[in-house]
Amino acid sequence: MGYLRAVINYRHFIYASIKGEMKGRFARSRIGALWFILHPLAMALIYALVLSEVLGAKIGGVDNKAAYSIYLMAGIAGWGLFSEIVNRGITIFIEQESALKKIMFPRICLPIIVLGHAIINQFILILAIFVIFCFYGHFPTIHWLALPLGIIIISAFGMGLGLILGILNVFSRDIAQFMAVILNLWFWLTPIVYTPDIVPDSIAPALYYNPIAPLVRIYQDIILYNTWPDTNSLLFPITLSAIFLIIGLIIFKKASAEIVDEL
Amino acid sequence: MSNIVLKVNHVKKQFNSYKSLFQRILSWFNPSIKPLKSFDAVKDITFNLHKGESIGLIGQNGAGKSTLLKLIVGTIQPTKGKIQVYGKVSAILELGIGFNPALTGYENIKQTAGLLGYSQKDIEKIIPDIEDFAEIGEFFHQEFRTYSSGMQARLAFSLATATRPEILIIDEVLAVGDAYFQHKSFNRIREFREQGSAILMVTHDRGAIQSICDKAILIENGLVIREGPPEEVFDFYNAIIADKENKNIQTKEMEDGKIQVSSGTGEAKVIEIGLYDKNENKVEFAGVGDKLTLKIKVKCNANLDKLVLGYSIKDRLGQIMFGTNTWHTQQIINEVTAGDTFVFSIKFNANFGVGSYSIQTALVDSDTHLTANYEWVDLAYIFSLVNNDKYIFNGCIWNDPEIEIQKLIT
Repeated sequence: MGYLRAVINYRHFIYASIKGEMKGRFARSRIGALWFILHPLAMALIYALVLSEVLGAKIGGVDNKAAYSIYLMAGIAGWGLFSEIVNRGITIFIEQESALKKIMFPRICLPIIVLGHAIINQFILILAIFVIFCFYGHFPTIHWLALPLGIIIISAFGMGLGLILGILNVFSRDIAQFMAVILNLWFWLTPIVYTPDIVPDSIAPALYYNPIAPLVRIYQDIILYNTWPDTNSLLFPITLSAIFLIIGLIIFKKASAEIVDEL
Repeated sequence: MSNIVLKVNHVKKQFNSYKSLFQRILSWFNPSIKPLKSFDAVKDITFNLHKGESIGLIGQNGAGKSTLLKLIVGTIQPTKGKIQVYGKVSAILELGIGFNPALTGYENIKQTAGLLGYSQKDIEKIIPDIEDFAEIGEFFHQEFRTYSSGMQARLAFSLATATRPEILIIDEVLAVGDAYFQHKSFNRIREFREQGSAILMVTHDRGAIQSICDKAILIENGLVIREGPPEEVFDFYNAIIADKENKNIQTKEMEDGKIQVSSGTGEAKVIEIGLYDKNENKVEFAGVGDKLTLKIKVKCNANLDKLVLGYSIKDRLGQIMFGTNTWHTQQIINEVTAGDTFVFSIKFNANFGVGSYSIQTALVDSDTHLTANYEWVDLAYIFSLVNNDKYIFNGCIWNDPEIEIQKLIT
């Protein structure tokens, strides 16, 4: 509860920091905020070109030439939210070293700023996807209303994991290096550039136990397949998110006194 | 006393390192897991700070001063002991923390003031004052990265001192900005003090401590090794720097209650010192502008390659009015044999203001006392200057002006 009160008291700082970060990241670039959208779109375009045109990948069951691009974009949007929260969460305490050392403020604000920034990015990206798909002739359906569900679960999962790893990374910087490799592997073990049905049986269990797979699936279901998310498959990631968040907060509480000692 | 604003009570800070990350995690849940190595940055420090009081912390690098300040600010927790703070603390540990180069000065103030704990309402209230005090003109609404370092310091200092705290903590940051802004920031600190703020500052600048602080605390290896009047503690600190071995430092209480600090190897010693007027009478009082001679008799107890005598005349606050040595005047004595005795006669005009002065002597082998310190004595001789035959003047020097007045025909 103390954390919640701290966040409420410092809400203006959090708001100003998120704004500052958005402004800061692309300061002095001509098209500024557009890069938020261009990066994931370019990524989707590259995969679409390589895999669909060169390797002839196709999505079964959808009657739309652009289906594969849409599938890619949906997956990349979902994964992007997760990876931004985790990646930034891992480094946030180290980045803010001098402020943590020299100014007394509730440290829980830092992961909250990371979260806020990632969610705003996500909304901008979804808006862009929305507009682009209208051009493709793939009009959004009522199912889009379920997107916030995906955003919330992915955020909770990413936040819990990011918080744990961020704290540990203060004490051992190997964590960040290790996670760079792990996240890359994780991306390829998640059906984002391919569909789950082409996966050989030998590695199918890896997908089955991958908590991010059903979360990315929410995006794909809503955006490409025009269906409601499969709530049964979400039980596992939701439970895991809750566990990670609780562990994260416990470690945060325990380690709080030592974080600045170690920076 | 009831007007204590800060109580530091037997505070200890230990930094731990563990064998592995895993061991550290276990230690959070199981206190019996012991760290691999510990380092006590602060061992046992106790002091109180009262309303309106200012204390200077001095000590060599690594003595534990900055750790102590962080403990007081609250960014790190003491391992043992207790720190109690009554009232708002503002700390200027480093200027410009939290500032984002891509934001304008105005946006940065809004963001960083939030970080410092100001509410939205307070921020709106203090922004005009900050803009006024910083005096950076239209730059206030331009990106922070375009600022000169002086302007950055101006803005950061203005924010850090936007409202008067009960306790102001300053860590060696005052020498920022141009001379004009330095004066302005010193004035603001003095104003805070007059209005009742307590000040705790770390600095190596003798002048700053002596002009602002009522008291100084010398910290060495995480312990308070001396506290008292700034002048005396600073003398003791100088003696420590000169004598790292820390064995030969002696202190002696003088008739007026001041503490005389002396240090050094004793290979050469001042055995007699006196101030003489033009009639060769030894004096403790002299007139402003008088011709005086300072006679210092030195005995050498060892064979020395080089012998240099240095001296300073200090005012009652310990600020050096004048000081030099025989290295700078190119009167180095070479090849001294044990048993040699020298008399140095230093003739000068007492062109100082009215007041009490002390003479500090140093017997060394070069232009500093850091290479070899045979003997260093603070408050080796005390004298006072009175105004006998000059008109009334203020200040610490007598510079014998000639004032001419002409009436212009208009």
